[in-house]
Amino acid sequence: MIIDLQKFITNERPYWSELEAVLDRLEKKPEYKLTLGHLERFHYLYQRASADLAKISTFSAEPNTRHYLESLVGRAFGEIHETREKPHRLRPLHWFFSTFPQTFRKHIRAFWISLLAIGVGAAFGGFTLIVDSSTKQILLPFSHLQGDPSERVDKEEDVDADRLKGAKTTFSSFLMTHNTKVAIFTMALGVTWGIGTLIMLFYNGVILGAVAVDYVLAGETSFLLGWLLPHGAVEIPAILLAGQAGIVLAGALIGWGKPISLRMRLRKVSNDLVTLIFGVALMLVWAGIIEAFFSQYHEPVMPYQIKIAFGTFELIILALFLGRAGRTSK
Amino acid sequence: MLSIRINNLIIKTPEGIEFSLQLAGPITRFLAWAVDLGTIVALISVLNVVFGILGILSRDLAMAANMIAFFIVSIGYGIITEWYWHGQTLGKKLLRLRVMDEQGLRLQFSQIVIRNLLRFIDSLPGLYLVGGLVCLFNKRAQRLGDFAANTIVVWSPRIAEPDLNQLLEGKYNSFREYPHIEARLRQHVTPLEAQIAVESIVRRNDLNPRARIELFRDLSSYFQTIVTFPQEATDGISDEQYVRNVVEALFRPKTS
Repeated sequence: MIIDLQKFITNERPYWSELEAVLDRLEKKPEYKLTLGHLERFHYLYQRASADLAKISTFSAEPNTRHYLESLVGRAFGEIHETREKPHRLRPLHWFFSTFPQTFRKHIRAFWISLLAIGVGAAFGGFTLIVDSSTKQILLPFSHLQGDPSERVDKEEDVDADRLKGAKTTFSSFLMTHNTKVAIFTMALGVTWGIGTLIMLFYNGVILGAVAVDYVLAGETSFLLGWLLPHGAVEIPAILLAGQAGIVLAGALIGWGKPISLRMRLRKVSNDLVTLIFGVALMLVWAGIIEAFFSQYHEPVMPYQIKIAFGTFELIILALFLGRAGRTSK
Repeated sequence: MLSIRINNLIIKTPEGIEFSLQLAGPITRFLAWAVDLGTIVALISVLNVVFGILGILSRDLAMAANMIAFFIVSIGYGIITEWYWHGQTLGKKLLRLRVMDEQGLRLQFSQIVIRNLLRFIDSLPGLYLVGGLVCLFNKRAQRLGDFAANTIVVWSPRIAEPDLNQLLEGKYNSFREYPHIEARLRQHVTPLEAQIAVESIVRRNDLNPRARIELFRDLSSYFQTIVTFPQEATDGISDEQYVRNVVEALFRPKTS
């Protein structure tokens, strides 16, 4: 019971100011660690402010002080009861070479589901084209893929016609940003219990499968591999990882066989989702550069064997990176 | 009569303290987003001009820079501002909204990223129709991004001190003769009751005479059940004056 409100506020204000200073420091420097003595003092200040808030809540004439104390106690509550790992200064190299591949391996089952979805799509697309080649108009959304593959190869190999002359950087930026948006969308669709993610992966697989079969049947396998492998060796795994992230999100929502609440399941995967999607973005930046500045060159300017070798090399390095990087010896 | 549903989220701490957080509804959030959209458009326009200068060196480079800038600003604006300003963007600051963890814990970077990346779904098919509908039917007013990230958006209305000099000028307050009873009144009247009393005086002219009489009669009867002033302090004063005296006693600044 407060007898003299002004005296109460005057006496308690130094403690509130001290608590606010500690909170400001904790929020500005996430890596700041309190000593045991400071921790005990912090806890004491929090409990004192909580008790003051309980007292002042019964007093009608100080709404601003009450709101100030609510905000202070709320911030302190968040700091004290937070059990998740505190944010720390960004260590980009450690994140890329360790956290990212570890996160990929942690959710490997989701990756296999993603791969299966795109594989089924590719099989469907390829099979449909074999059965009825006129379905190309429906399956392939890009006009430059709907014509005869051999005619296209001849056009691409015409060294006098550099379609991207003076526009490669713009094209590269377009690819990076467009593909990253698609990847984010694929991940975000995980919120539909994974149905949207699986549809996106299946659809991408259908296009891939249809294009592959179309060019193979036309006898242009070398061109196909030389054209797709240099950037596809990174871009297609990036889409798979985005699908993996979507399926991880779906798994958290569905939560089969997990004894923890929905809220806890989502909290557990949130860091992993962010890691995967940032990794995907980096992969797509690389893929965008390669596609604009390397993949678009064909024979006789760039022999297909070199492009295929380069693409294969990228795929091997990527597989080793995702499979081995960040492993700790047990 | 339009009734406004106010959503509150109550957080109870182990120390026995309760917070009541007022959840922001879809309309307020949409308005904040509109401000943010304007900010994003303004930022991109400025960057267009800057990169236009780069076009003197290379048109290709300028267009590429524009494209990347558009992408980074449109996706990164929400993430960067909410992280830097602890849950607020410019639009949210203007409308006094803030993103918070659902349980009152510290807002994590991953939560901010997830809730912003899921805007791709929430904004479908246009103007955040999916997000708005989900927000409307969700008991914590969460859109899909908030749901996945375990966040809520709260509204902190400004608490303005009532201008009591204007409200209470004129009549002498007979309760001043009994400071100890006034002190007991201040201890026992809750903030909500005090606010109701102030509102009744501020809005008295909006009420028709019959309603005004009934309201002040009910209020004065209620306050008389809390503390009882001696008869000489209450003789001859109307119910409305009684309530005015109560308000003056509660909110009078202490001169020391």
